[in-house]
Amino acid sequence: MLSALNLISQNLNAYLILAGILFAIGTFGFLARRNAIAMLMSIELMLNAVNLAFIAFGAFVYSADAHHAAQASTIALIVMAAAAAEATVGLAIVIAIYRNKKTPLVDEYDAMKR
Amino acid sequence: MTLPETIPFLGFGWNDLLFMMLGTVMVIAALAVVLQKDIIRSGLAMIICFAALAGIYVIAGTPVVAAAEVLVYIGAISVLVLFAIMLTQSKAPPRALVFQTQVVPAAIASVILAVLIGLVVVSTNWPQQVTTQVAAATEIAKALFRDYTLPFEVVSVLLLAAVVGGVFLAKRERGETD
Repeated sequence: MLSALNLISQNLNAYLILAGILFAIGTFGFLARRNAIAMLMSIELMLNAVNLAFIAFGAFVYSADAHHAAQASTIALIVMAAAAAEATVGLAIVIAIYRNKKTPLVDEYDAMKR
Repeated sequence: MTLPETIPFLGFGWNDLLFMMLGTVMVIAALAVVLQKDIIRSGLAMIICFAALAGIYVIAGTPVVAAAEVLVYIGAISVLVLFAIMLTQSKAPPRALVFQTQVVPAAIASVILAVLIGLVVVSTNWPQQVTTQVAAATEIAKALFRDYTLPFEVVSVLLLAAVVGGVFLAKRERGETD
């Protein structure tokens, strides 16, 4: 029975399901956490899940193009750079709000509701 | 001494064992990131999650992306996040209410999302290949600087804008005292 797990590391479905689980965990964290920085961390998890899906498609989907995997890696690297930019600006915004409101909890950011 | 092709008594290869172990570690660490009450610990769990993910990238045959994952995520973003956590920790953090009030709908929605993604993945017939080739650094460099030159330049401008914007947002206003 355990031999059904043979070549699971060469199986596209395994990678994609892993990426889906990671994305769902990130979604849950983004929707449920109160802390703004925890929400940003959840966004990082979701971006990583997408990257994992890119890499899996590049490595395990058949394509006539020989440089298929290298192109998937390139896209993943560009996503990483965009994620770094997003983290920089997001954390700067959180710190700027924290300086005014003295709290990192998003449900106390109600200046536009009052 | 060479290792046998498959693990004795278990019937699957060493890469499969590594993949399953790293996947388990990654999922548990990701759960720890979103469920942990202490946010510093969830920041540290994020580092473990990214490290396991880098290992999975190596198994998938993209060592360059794994190296970039370690450099960018573990080296830069995690440190940035930990700095921000420590800057925004108040003396007595509210430890009881970690989650919003919509935590139960959020949990249901994300479980449904995971199940949907799994169903779509399993039911789709991908044109799959088994032999994975390693994406060599020279090929990635050729792809990055020939086919993807414009995205590369756009991303560099984006990073510059993000750095300038981050400094502008986080700096104090003139005359503001804390």
